[in-house]
Amino acid sequence: MDASPLRDPTIGTGAAAGGPAPGRVVIDARALSLTFDTADGVVHALSDVDLTVREGEFVSFIGPSGCGKTTLLRVIADLERATGGSITVDGVAPAEARTQRLYGYVFQAPALLPWRNVLANVTLPLEIFGMDKASRLEHARRNLDLVNLAGFEKKFPWQLSGGMQQRASIARALSFDPKLLLMDEPFGALDEIVRDKLNEQLLKLWAETAKTVVFVTHSIPEAVFLSTKIVVMSPRPGRIIDVIDCDLPADRTLEIRETAQFLAIAHRVREGLRAGHSYDD
Amino acid sequence: MTIDAAIAPASRPRGPGLLARAFAGTTGPVVTIVAVLMVVWYAAAVWLNAPLVQSETPLSTAELVDATLALERPLLPAPHQILIELKKTVLDTPVTSKRSLVQHAWVTLSSTLTGFAFGALLGLLLAVAIVHVRSLEKSLMFWIVSSQTIPILAVAPIIIVVLGAIGVTGLVPKAIISAYLCFFPVTAGMVKGLTSPDRLHVDLMRTYDASPSATFWKLRVPASVPFLFTSLKVAIAASLVGAIVGELPTGAQAGLGARLLAGSYYGQTIQIWAALFAAAALAATMVGLVGALEGFVLRQMGTRR
Amino acid sequence: MSDTALPPDRDDAPVTPMSTTRLAAIATGALTLLGGLAPLTPKVTWSALPLPALLLAIAVVLGAGVLPRLVDGFAVAVATLVTAATAVALLIAAHAPSVAGEVGVGFVITLIALWLGSWALIERLTVWRPTSPALARLADAAVPIVFGAFLFLFWEVITVGFGVPAVLLPPPSQIAVRFATSLPILGADFFQTVVRAAIPGWAIGSAAGILVALLADRVPFLGRGLIPLGDFVSALPLVGIAPIMVMWFGFDWQSKAAVVVLMTFFPALVNTVAGLAAAGRLERDLMHSYGASWGQTLVKLRLPAAGPHIFAALKLNSTFALIGALVAEFFGTPIVGMGFRISTEVGRMGLDMVWAEIAMAAITGSTLYSVLASIERRVTFWHPSNRGR
Ligand SMILES: Nc1ncnc2c1ncn2[C@@H]1O[C@H](COP(=O)(O)OP(=O)(O)OP(=O)(O)O)[C@@H](O)[C@H]1O
Ligand SMILES: [Mg+2]
Repeated sequence: MDASPLRDPTIGTGAAAGGPAPGRVVIDARALSLTFDTADGVVHALSDVDLTVREGEFVSFIGPSGCGKTTLLRVIADLERATGGSITVDGVAPAEARTQRLYGYVFQAPALLPWRNVLANVTLPLEIFGMDKASRLEHARRNLDLVNLAGFEKKFPWQLSGGMQQRASIARALSFDPKLLLMDEPFGALDEIVRDKLNEQLLKLWAETAKTVVFVTHSIPEAVFLSTKIVVMSPRPGRIIDVIDCDLPADRTLEIRETAQFLAIAHRVREGLRAGHSYDD
Repeated sequence: MTIDAAIAPASRPRGPGLLARAFAGTTGPVVTIVAVLMVVWYAAAVWLNAPLVQSETPLSTAELVDATLALERPLLPAPHQILIELKKTVLDTPVTSKRSLVQHAWVTLSSTLTGFAFGALLGLLLAVAIVHVRSLEKSLMFWIVSSQTIPILAVAPIIIVVLGAIGVTGLVPKAIISAYLCFFPVTAGMVKGLTSPDRLHVDLMRTYDASPSATFWKLRVPASVPFLFTSLKVAIAASLVGAIVGELPTGAQAGLGARLLAGSYYGQTIQIWAALFAAAALAATMVGLVGALEGFVLRQMGTRR
Repeated sequence: MSDTALPPDRDDAPVTPMSTTRLAAIATGALTLLGGLAPLTPKVTWSALPLPALLLAIAVVLGAGVLPRLVDGFAVAVATLVTAATAVALLIAAHAPSVAGEVGVGFVITLIALWLGSWALIERLTVWRPTSPALARLADAAVPIVFGAFLFLFWEVITVGFGVPAVLLPPPSQIAVRFATSLPILGADFFQTVVRAAIPGWAIGSAAGILVALLADRVPFLGRGLIPLGDFVSALPLVGIAPIMVMWFGFDWQSKAAVVVLMTFFPALVNTVAGLAAAGRLERDLMHSYGASWGQTLVKLRLPAAGPHIFAALKLNSTFALIGALVAEFFGTPIVGMGFRISTEVGRMGLDMVWAEIAMAAITGSTLYSVLASIERRVTFWHPSNRGR
């Protein structure tokens, strides 16, 4: 496999979009656990987590607030070290995957640098990787097109709406064409309508680029609509209580949310979440 | 008057008439308050100086007022007397003359700027070191901060005398005092600025496996720019204070501090006030220039709306 | 919980000083041995230095470089003890009549070794994370103290050992002796400058600044005019007003207090204005919805919210007050006062007295500052910077 982050995108090839593509294992976690030592005791943010994500999959983590979704994503991204168990990303340790720039991370907030305009924000990782200027611009333009932000290159973050900012941050994560996309509630702060639109765009983008996506969300419809696999988590200690395959057809539109199949999956997710909650009180 | 000049470019909200607009903003109130202060000043000058007026014949009120505002060594000179003195020593005296206020201001300004340059540089370097070396942050920062709780200017005479004892006089000792006063605001401000990027941005750089130098130049430095200018404004004002005080203890021959000292020896109040006004003008100009540079840079960076 | 709320610096300390520490430790070891063996001065060839030096070498190599983390606490303790022993040995050696002023190679090498060793120790203390919280707090507090102690040690050893002329820089011990033997004079100067001029001036100036800020808040027209003026004036070199105040109020403390009032007024004004604007829009709307009067809103919401700003001004002003009082004394005083003493003793080259006055000023300044800071912690306990203490 070409490990260079700067290889040309392989648009529309490989895994057929949507369906459960039995590709290589990209993320493999075994008995993963993580505890935080805080002033008032130990927090078990993750406990005995087993997870397999294959190439081309769209996996969503769903669960109540504080159940460790962000923490799990951060462990995959080597922003946090697990205190127990093992994990590999693309066959190597997370730290190595990070230094190979294998993934793009979209944070819960846009996290754009206020002193850079949209274009310069998207080229930031490319500058850090040492790409020459012409290809930087080319990559950035293509990815801004992809998220429908062409024409806004010269705007500064504060001149954009929340949804546009989040799209710019997605373009930034895509700019160096990582094979893995880690997204932490990217649309959490947006209204329903914008969110629906971005969901459709994201799905299209995923179909076009054949990336592996790990996606954190609070919303059951969002998870069912986007995913090929839904991971249901529960808090205290943070753990996985159910993994639901979501075998809706590849070419989904928003209308699919009215279908019986969709509602059945959503129901299963809701049941799983409820079961997780009963541990609580 | 320097005060007006410095504050003129205030924002004026849109409104009907020019006057109404001025009074809805800051210009009108500032002008009014300055005018009131002027009136108070003249009244105080008359009141304070009246006992100094000597005359054999009893004076009428108008004559007395005139006399109080025309004394050679008044207790409080009237603003116009100061302006006349300023005109005399700035415009009507050749710059080469010892009596030229321009020359004195230049002497002070040159050590202010030298000290500022070195102090700001030192402050920057210290901040960068403190941000990068944890043991320095823990050990040095405490002492830098507590060094500021002592009245640093008390050290000024020693620096002048000690350096004089080993033959260093003139600009250098004053510049050292200025630099000493300058470095702290810059260090404190830049440590804050360089550590100001929030967790999210630091994590973002980490996901790119950015080297420490890339993180420094692309994240920490740009994030610290507003802090830099704020601290530079404080530093340059402090630098001027350092230069002036540095001229006091040895009875320096030139500089605004020397003018203050000489004026106080000989009771030349008008000369003191003229020197004070010159110092105020210098301070306002320098702070204003740094502020203008700040506005320019921040606009270039797009962070100022 | 948002990601930004996570505590900073968990697992990615930017620089791990381990490798440099190890280098320093090894260099320290080698140098201490060398320093112990080399002649202390051109004349004195034997000294008591080698023994603690040897111990230091071993301890630092073990403590900072070689032993695993398991025995951290032990290693730090041993390294501390032995570094202290070497420091004392060096201190004694420097003061020995046959050594003072004519140190040789051995002394210099041991000095460098001690410097490296102390640095390694501080690095080690910085990264040391004891499991017991009490011990961790102690280690945290120890870093600046150890640093400062070494600073004074090197000042003493270098000035005495190399015979630096007292005019340039007297050793701390000489300053301490002068301080202890001149207590009556220092006390009188303190009374004149601090108790009579600085503190009353500080109180009046700060109070006036706060009151005018409140007035400016109550009368918007006044506020719009005064705030830009206050910003402008606080950038001016106000100490320069000192000769005029001396002329108006005479040589005694009144003129000094007047300078202090003027210097402290504007920072209090500007900061209070900023503080009064600090209460959030939401909270203010809440008070508005209760129909609270200006005074009620002020007392219940805006003054407490302004607390941190006001205390910042009070702390800043405590330094300004001392500076103002001292500098004003350069323009004429009765024959007492810290500024007066400094300028006359400088003229007589009595530098140790000057330094004793500076020590006095430093103690005064940091005491005032820490008293204010502790009051602040009590009054603005709710502020994020004071939480968790
Ligand atoms: N740095 C930290 N120190 C201490 N505890 C932490 C830290 N980060 C997370 N936690 C704790 O770990 C648990 C999981 O947090 P995490 O952020 O992963 O939750 P989440 O599922 O992403 O929640 P949300 O949906 O609200 O974003 C929480 O109980 C949280 O308090
Ligand atoms: Mg989260």
